[in-house]
Amino acid sequence: MTVTEDRPAAAGPAGEIGRDRRRKEDQRLITGRTRWTDNITLPGMLHMAMVRSPFAHAKIVSIDKSEAEAAPNVVGVFTGADLGESQGVLINAWPITPEQVAPVHLPMPADRVSFAGEIVAVVVARTAAEARDAAELVDVDYEELPAALDLKENAEDKVLAHPDLGTNKSALWVFDSAEAGTGGDVEEAITKARADGVVVEREFRQQRLIPAFMEPRSVVVDPTGEQNTMWSATQVPHILRFALAATTGVPESKIRVIAPDVGGGFGGKLQVTPEEWLTWCLARRIGKPVKYTETRSESLMAAHHGRDQWQKLTLAAEKDGTVTGLKVELLADLGSHVAVVGGGVPVLGAFMFNAIYKFPAYHFACQTVLSNKAWTDAYRGAGRPEATFGIERMMTELADVLGVDPLEVREKNWIKHDEFPFTTVAGLEYDSGNYEAATEKAKASFGYDELRAEQQRRRDAGDPVQLGIGVSTFTEMCGLAPSRVLGSLDYGAGGWEHASVRMLATGTVEIVTGASAHGQGHETAFSQIVADRLGVPFENVEVLHGDTQIAHKGLDTYGSRSLVVGGEALVKAADKVIEKAKPVAAHMLEASVDDIEFSAGTFTVRGTDQGVGIGDIAGAVFAAHDLPDGMEPSLDSEATYDPINFNYPHGTHLCAVEVDTETGQVQMRKYTCVDDIGNVINPLIVAGQVHGGLVQGIAQALFEEAVHDESGTLVSASFVDYLVPTAADLISFDVEHNTTPSLTNTLGTKGVGEAGTIASTPAVVNAVVDALRPFGVDDVVMPCTPERVWKAVHAKDGAAADGADPTTGAAAAHFDTQDTADRSAGQEGAGE
Amino acid sequence: MIPAQFDYAAPTSVEEALALLAEHGDEAKVIAGGQSLLPVLRMRLNAPGIVVDLGRIEGLSGVRDDGDVLTVGAMTTHAEMLGNPLVAEHAALVTKAVHHLADAQIRHRGTFGGALAHADPAGDMGAPALALDAEFVIAGQSGVRTVPASDFFVDLFETAIGEDELLVGVRLPKHTGWGAHYEKFVRVAHQWPIVAVAATVKAEGGTITEARVGLTNMGSTPLRATAVEQALTGQPATEETVRAAAASAADGTAPPSDLNGDSDYRRHLATVLTRRAVLAAAGG
Amino acid sequence: MTRINLTVDGAKVSDDVEPRTLLVHYLRETLGKTGTVVGCDTSNCGACTVHLDGKSVKSCNVLAVQADGADVTTIEGLAQDGELHPVQAAFHECHALQCGYCTPGMIMQSVDLLKDNPNPSEDEIRVGLEGNLCRCTGYHNIVRAVQTAAAGASEGGQA
Repeated sequence: MTVTEDRPAAAGPAGEIGRDRRRKEDQRLITGRTRWTDNITLPGMLHMAMVRSPFAHAKIVSIDKSEAEAAPNVVGVFTGADLGESQGVLINAWPITPEQVAPVHLPMPADRVSFAGEIVAVVVARTAAEARDAAELVDVDYEELPAALDLKENAEDKVLAHPDLGTNKSALWVFDSAEAGTGGDVEEAITKARADGVVVEREFRQQRLIPAFMEPRSVVVDPTGEQNTMWSATQVPHILRFALAATTGVPESKIRVIAPDVGGGFGGKLQVTPEEWLTWCLARRIGKPVKYTETRSESLMAAHHGRDQWQKLTLAAEKDGTVTGLKVELLADLGSHVAVVGGGVPVLGAFMFNAIYKFPAYHFACQTVLSNKAWTDAYRGAGRPEATFGIERMMTELADVLGVDPLEVREKNWIKHDEFPFTTVAGLEYDSGNYEAATEKAKASFGYDELRAEQQRRRDAGDPVQLGIGVSTFTEMCGLAPSRVLGSLDYGAGGWEHASVRMLATGTVEIVTGASAHGQGHETAFSQIVADRLGVPFENVEVLHGDTQIAHKGLDTYGSRSLVVGGEALVKAADKVIEKAKPVAAHMLEASVDDIEFSAGTFTVRGTDQGVGIGDIAGAVFAAHDLPDGMEPSLDSEATYDPINFNYPHGTHLCAVEVDTETGQVQMRKYTCVDDIGNVINPLIVAGQVHGGLVQGIAQALFEEAVHDESGTLVSASFVDYLVPTAADLISFDVEHNTTPSLTNTLGTKGVGEAGTIASTPAVVNAVVDALRPFGVDDVVMPCTPERVWKAVHAKDGAAADGADPTTGAAAAHFDTQDTADRSAGQEGAGE
Repeated sequence: MIPAQFDYAAPTSVEEALALLAEHGDEAKVIAGGQSLLPVLRMRLNAPGIVVDLGRIEGLSGVRDDGDVLTVGAMTTHAEMLGNPLVAEHAALVTKAVHHLADAQIRHRGTFGGALAHADPAGDMGAPALALDAEFVIAGQSGVRTVPASDFFVDLFETAIGEDELLVGVRLPKHTGWGAHYEKFVRVAHQWPIVAVAATVKAEGGTITEARVGLTNMGSTPLRATAVEQALTGQPATEETVRAAAASAADGTAPPSDLNGDSDYRRHLATVLTRRAVLAAAGG
Repeated sequence: MTRINLTVDGAKVSDDVEPRTLLVHYLRETLGKTGTVVGCDTSNCGACTVHLDGKSVKSCNVLAVQADGADVTTIEGLAQDGELHPVQAAFHECHALQCGYCTPGMIMQSVDLLKDNPNPSEDEIRVGLEGNLCRCTGYHNIVRAVQTAAAGASEGGQA
């Protein structure tokens, strides 16, 4: 436990913490005075357009650039062969095993493409329109190769995604509680349960998703000046700078990366991308600023995807519902290349399948597999939603097998509030939580008993619209991450965060954070923390971030880490300011340093009413006319904080859905969540994070899926077919909290960015399945489309039960390039 | 996101527009509101040599009461249709359906004529127009001709409008006093319908005397569910009789299979949605 | 090139444009109205929503030449004399935005919605915003913001 001083962290004198401050960020965003990367225009700036492979796997036989090169205002057309090693390579920061098999990832390959959407040529022209026009003229001759598209078949090496590697199997990562000494032998538990207990075996599909941040990715590179500058719509300016230096040979000190206003990420912008590398390479090669902004279709096709697992789960329990062991066998699709986190994403789930439960034995094995689809990486939750889905579905299935309420079987197995700290079977130490309290509160708000009664009435009446109630009692590990833990997992970097606090002469404060926001509201929440800590007005705090020249050090924003790691760094930096100011205060007040106390922005002499404000001290230090002997004339301080542990938000989510058994349509009826995210800095921002998180999780359950056709083309490659839900498809949510402060950071906070997403998917699917129990249904594959639900209901009537994989055979996009072009050719019609 | 280059002409009369179409042949593309055409151009699925904009032609917009029919100008926007009291009174099925068409922004720009001429089988205007026995007023160099709805929709994105012709108006026979309902089935609100059913019925004393049922996205064109219409005629508007009649909603259809459902599922949906649409139309 | 004349956020502008130029690109690149953004290529997301002659449209789905002679209002022209429009103020008050990328379109559509229906139900708000995608907020607070703006307007009307 970290204790820096004895005043309560959650109720500072300034009263900023816990206050629902409206966001500082909003003014520019609601008036359109934004600075998105695509807004940046530099003198003489050139534009890039990409030529992308239509084939999932093909040999590049030849590329004829001549027509494109001759097009108006084209500066150059470049292929992988032209650029060779000058492009640099893209890195995987987390080789999950020493033997991990990974293809070399050139931003633009010269000889072979390995997913549909991979870049094969780049056109640089004076306008974006001219670049696009010329890109249409590049003639690429491909020789199509068999594509590795089915995860299970790929794991058997039936078709090789990269023939030269000889296998699709990238890495096998195993955790076993018996071997690790954290628990018993799972096989023994299963054998025993088969004899005199209960064994539940299920296979679940985590469909492929697309993060689908609203701002398409964009990058501008200015190669003039001493430092070359890259603006990028990225979550990770610092990691991007590091990776550019590491792979392109340009010294890190010559690279400046700026993430200006960034329009959402959800993990989708923590990648280091071919588009960034090519823009960097070509701007430097040509010597002029170059911009690339992707279209939505390109974004859906080529920005990394998420999830995509097969989960085989075996749960052993005694007949009274006490779980005795859990065995997890995963296949995880990496896509064509091992991305920056890559196989680390499913491995993050390894620690979470045991969730809030006291399982005595646990085994986790994850096989990562290459394919000829777009690469996969972090998407909101990254590994933890998959794990939470798996275990929360299994606990519900166990309850069904035992014929008890799904909450009852959970309560039987969860860690009681007086058992913290608790070391789990996966080896993590949970510091705090109260699952009983969150669940009680959620049940009451939700009207659990009343809804169960309504469900029974509908069942009894044979109502064509059935009611289903789903439960998810989740936890997650967040605040990535203790560097030592990352090191033990062979991750390529640490998990610390950096902050500095600058006391300006006029009494205002600049704080600099290495956690680069992209919509979360850091400017507001961090201002509250520092205003509270230093006792200065909220308005007087300015937050700087997202530019490596200003925030020179940082590890950026992902994994619900900004507040719990970045915020803690800020607290520590602010505390250093106070410590530095104390001797000045003592000097000004003619007292001993030992007698100086600090509260609410004022230094006082103990037992007197003499005091001096921190702003006055800042002014005195700026003048430096009369400082204690030997004192450096600066209060500015910095801190780099390396977390000692993860933190473990948890919550109870209850979802009611109405299922129209005639059509299969699922309608959200009610959603209540009681989350425990420790102390809350800004309840307004927290609620927003939860709402948005819930919808992304609900969308996985009901709406979204990246679907490929039989040749490996992404069919859901536009917002016409990749179904991001609208306001009209959703309901308002009942969001509440229960609070057990985290013991792993000063403020007692826990991460919240991913909680809603992690929790909601199983709550919704459990609700859908619950509605359909009377029809003998015990699973519906995600997304639970009306068609799948209807077929599940009518499986007994002879309707074809849906295979688990998407409808590849019948897949067709509304905008099907080839087909529509043909259809449109003979058409005179006007637009609608 | 950036269309290929094209020339642009904004004629101020139908004659001028027809002359442009005659001159440019299949190189020309007509733009009305552009809400279906522009996405296609932006994605470069089509690259016309010239775009002929009807937006500057006076008199192609508005709804006129012509006795037994309403004459709708081809350039009348969906938003205008939605708010038009004549349409609400005499062709309520269109009002009900246009309410579900795309979204508010698209309805502000998109036009009734444009949507019908585009002939997307998943478009929301085709089935109501077909169900109401609309007549399409088509102007050509040699004059104006009228095509009944049953002959208008030829195939996927293909209508009876010739290459050198323009749709200038649509006549909607009045269905005054008929109940109407458009039952649209989607997974998310901004989708084209997976299936939709347009139903309008005339009921007297609880008995359906006449019924018209159109189907959206159940084939390569909007379709009429004539078997349902016949089965409903003279029947009481009860759940039971309507259910029985609706069972034949998918007869003779050839719905597509795509991400949102296979053709069998669509056939099933058509029966459920038809029952619901007819009951709603009869009830209110 | 085709000559167009229009009024954008109260200022008269006149330019030669390629016929293929989308209104959104004209606003952003020629006029520097970068508050209006592009979020998709299929007219689903609504991020580019502006008012054309007082009605909300998706400016990616209008050619600049089609807007010749029109009056366009973008998110940058909504606040008057430094005063936020009530819908802008409500979005701030209700935390109806996070990354802010969908916000210009969401606000412009909300203004249009309230003009047609000053006192909408929650369902009417949700359906009225069906042409605008948001990935951050889950729409919960956007709905609250529109309700708040509506309530403020009706109070203002009574006062």
